[in-house]
Amino acid sequence: MRSAVIVFPGSNCDRDALRTLAEVPGMEVEPLWHDDTTLPPETDLVVLPGGFSYGDYLRPGALAARAPIIAEVRRHADRGGLVLGICNGFQVLTESRLLPGALLPNRDTRFICRPCLLRVDRTDTPFTNAYQKGQVVQFPIAHADGRFYLPEEDLAQLEQRGQVVFRYCDVTGRVDPSVNPNGAAHHIAGIVNDRGNVLGLMPHPERASDPRIGGEDGKMIWDSIRAWCQNEGKRSGHGHGF
Amino acid sequence: MRFRAEIIVTLKSGVLDTQGKAVFSSLRRLGHPGIEDVRIGRVISVVVDAPDAAEARSEVETMCQNLLVNDLIEEARVDLEAL
Repeated sequence: MRSAVIVFPGSNCDRDALRTLAEVPGMEVEPLWHDDTTLPPETDLVVLPGGFSYGDYLRPGALAARAPIIAEVRRHADRGGLVLGICNGFQVLTESRLLPGALLPNRDTRFICRPCLLRVDRTDTPFTNAYQKGQVVQFPIAHADGRFYLPEEDLAQLEQRGQVVFRYCDVTGRVDPSVNPNGAAHHIAGIVNDRGNVLGLMPHPERASDPRIGGEDGKMIWDSIRAWCQNEGKRSGHGHGF
Repeated sequence: MRFRAEIIVTLKSGVLDTQGKAVFSSLRRLGHPGIEDVRIGRVISVVVDAPDAAEARSEVETMCQNLLVNDLIEEARVDLEAL
C-alpha cells in the first residue's frame, strides 16, 4: 500500500498524518509538496491534512484547491483512488468540488478545540468498514470553519444518496443541536462522494490513533483503508506488494 | 486600457453570516435600537489591462467564477472604473 500526504504552505497536521500512516502495517507513506505535479506510481491513498493552507486567505481551502497537485489528486480520484481530507483537507475538497458543500465559520464564531463524539453512519466505505454501523467514536476537532453547509435541496439529495458518514452525537449516538459543536447542517461531520472513494471530515482521526495521546478510535480508519486495499488489490490483481 | 474592478463579495442571503450577527449584537448594545440587519463581506480590488470595459468585465467575471467567489455560498457585485 502506498500513500501520500500533500503539504501546503500552512499545513500543520501533515506530520501527524505521516507519523500515523507510517505505523500502519504494510503502508508506505511520503510527503508531497503542493506544487508537485505527479503522485508516486501506484498510490492508493492521498491525504489532504489539517492546518491553514495559504493562511486561510480568501476562504479556507480556496487557494489550496487551485494548487498544481490538485489536478493530479482529481485524476487519482477519477481513477477510483482513495482521497481523505481531514479538517482543512475537507475544506480543500469542497473548494475543489471533489465533495459537495462548503464549510462556513462555526455557529458561535469561535475556534473550537476539544474531543468530540461522532456516530458512524456508513460502514460500507473504504474508510469505515472496520467500524460498526451506529458506533459512537471520539475524535478531536480543532477548527474555526467547520459548519457544513449545503442548500436544503442538495442536502436532501446528499442524505438520500447516503453520503453522510459521520455525525456529531452524544454518548448514546443521539444527534441533537446541543451536541453539534459548530452548527453543521444535519449534524454532519464527514461525507463521501457519490462513488465513495473520497472522504472529507472535520474531526481528526490521526489525532486519535495512539492510546497515549487522544485515544485509538481513529485507528479503525487506517484498518479500514488497509482492508479495502487488500481486497481491492486482490480484485484488480495488482496487490501493491503486501 | 487600465481598469480597476471592485468586487464586493457577500454571503448569499440564506446563509447564516456569523460575523454579521456578532457585529449586529455589538451595535445593538451600543444603543442603535433601529438596527435591523448587518451583513459582512469583502472587497477585492483588481487592476486589469484590457482593450475595453466589456472585456475587462468579462475577464473579472471569469476570475470570480474560477476563484474569487464560491457561488454555492457567496454572491458578488462588480463595479468597474477606467483608470
